[in-house]
Amino acid sequence: MGEIEKETPGANGDGKNLSTQELTLSMGPQHPATHGVLRLVLELDGETVTKCTPYVGYLHRGVEKLGENRTYLSALPLSDRLDYISSMANNVGYVNAVEKLFGIEAPERAKYIRTIMAEMTRISSHIIWVATHALDIGAMTVFLYSFREREWLLDLFEMTCGARLTVSYPRIGGVRNDVSQQFLDSLYEFTEEFPRRISEYETLIDQNRIWLKRTKGIGVISAKEAMNWGLTGATLRGSGVNYDVRKAFPYDAYDKVEFDVPLGTEGDVYDRYRCRMEELRQSNRIIRQCIEQLPKGPILAPEASKFVLPPKENLFKNMEPLIHHFVLLTKGPLTAPEGEIYCGSEVPKGELGFYIVSDGTGKPYRMRVRAPSFVHASVLPRLCEGGLVADVIANIGTIDIVLGECDR
Amino acid sequence: MEPLQIAEKIKETFPDEVAAVSQFRDQVSVHLKKDRIFEICQYLHDTPELDFDYLVDVCGVDYLGKKTPRFEVVYHMYSIAQRHFIRLRAQVPEEEPVIRSVVPVWRGADWHERECFDMMGIRFEGHPDLRRILLPEDWVGHPLRKDYPVEGYSGEEDWAGYREVVEKSKKLKEFEWGR
Repeated sequence: MGEIEKETPGANGDGKNLSTQELTLSMGPQHPATHGVLRLVLELDGETVTKCTPYVGYLHRGVEKLGENRTYLSALPLSDRLDYISSMANNVGYVNAVEKLFGIEAPERAKYIRTIMAEMTRISSHIIWVATHALDIGAMTVFLYSFREREWLLDLFEMTCGARLTVSYPRIGGVRNDVSQQFLDSLYEFTEEFPRRISEYETLIDQNRIWLKRTKGIGVISAKEAMNWGLTGATLRGSGVNYDVRKAFPYDAYDKVEFDVPLGTEGDVYDRYRCRMEELRQSNRIIRQCIEQLPKGPILAPEASKFVLPPKENLFKNMEPLIHHFVLLTKGPLTAPEGEIYCGSEVPKGELGFYIVSDGTGKPYRMRVRAPSFVHASVLPRLCEGGLVADVIANIGTIDIVLGECDR
Repeated sequence: MEPLQIAEKIKETFPDEVAAVSQFRDQVSVHLKKDRIFEICQYLHDTPELDFDYLVDVCGVDYLGKKTPRFEVVYHMYSIAQRHFIRLRAQVPEEEPVIRSVVPVWRGADWHERECFDMMGIRFEGHPDLRRILLPEDWVGHPLRKDYPVEGYSGEEDWAGYREVVEKSKKLKEFEWGR
């Protein structure tokens, strides 16, 4: 009798004779929590993740190759389609890189307008982040509230440039058109209202016991390790590393406004969440200062005629604008400096860098895009391995990736 | 430290490796031979006054018909502690496109090197997991090479994975309603 009991798995209650097997789970490519098309192959030992292998590339469109075959102006819309929820910031990063290559300085007013736009993008990207991140972890209400504010910002984008998502509004050497008084009034009203709205989101989740349990002490990465992995943006600052491209290499009007860089201490999901919430307040502060200081003057640099298309109404009446238009779109600027430039900018996700090699023709010889989401996705195995399956979702949310940018 | 001083320091420590130093705008590139790239990177990472703790980017550039050796692997690095920036350009020949991996120095180099392998066909020796990353594993060719046409190889067959999907959809047509 004793023998039979011994051979029955788990019959004596200690589970010693139970045989276990590793389970391989394929998560994605279409999974609501992967924020796009990311596929993870998880090897599970019970509920513990022993190995995590990300597969990316489902949204690869060859942006770098396309960029090599387009003029500097017509490569601008490609940058919209990298991180499609913060296209304005990508545009600003791209035009800054090209301006640096050509040695063009945008006028003051254009710089301020770009700063306003980039910070509006940061707010709209961060609120979509907190919305979906909270939704993934199980707090649905935040989603409904934060889309209210995002709509307001998108309406403002539409008022200025006619597009809500893929804006292509900045131009090399300035911006496409000036902002209206109505836009500034509405945005100023937004900045007065918005801090109250941030507190509203925080009431929903900040003290929520489930939220705290799901985020505190999860996905911890130390400062040293985070730097070694090349993390940037709030994902890095959550670990307490003070690196912000806006402070390290100030571009546009960032050296003329005051703002703080929020830092975390623990480097867990919760601290990164706190950083981003604080960044919302700082962005709000930057926008207010920019509106208050907005100087008058031109919005395009004189050298920008190399890149900006002539007004459409002149196109059909005069010969020169027609030729100008044709040359700009087929050949690009006829003279370009030979050289190479790397220019980083702080987009909502982290550091977006453009490395442009020019061989003196109107098209970039090589256009490399250093995408923050790509680097952040690579750290997923480090965050997930050894944790629970449920925390994989929290980890995907906390690194804030958009797969359009990751795959380019 | 000023970028030119950093270039000088690399030149002092590795006199045979530095081919040239160039400057454009305010950025300095150090042109290197590829053989001791790992030691140079380790030196830049570990020396306290240089302390390059953050590898910004690794990418390949194809100078087909413009330069020999044909390829360059470009490293951008920044020191968060010391606040300085430098660019290394290592020359890789076409006949043997192999270079040492710097993953043991910076873990962040992992996916950048995989992408460079995928897009340029440069192999990274000592990389822990060198596979294609953005393209399917059975893809033929390396798209960011200059001799790879933008629209793909026209006139030749489509990628096998795509053909499979087309075949399958043809097969499934016979089960459609109302036929």
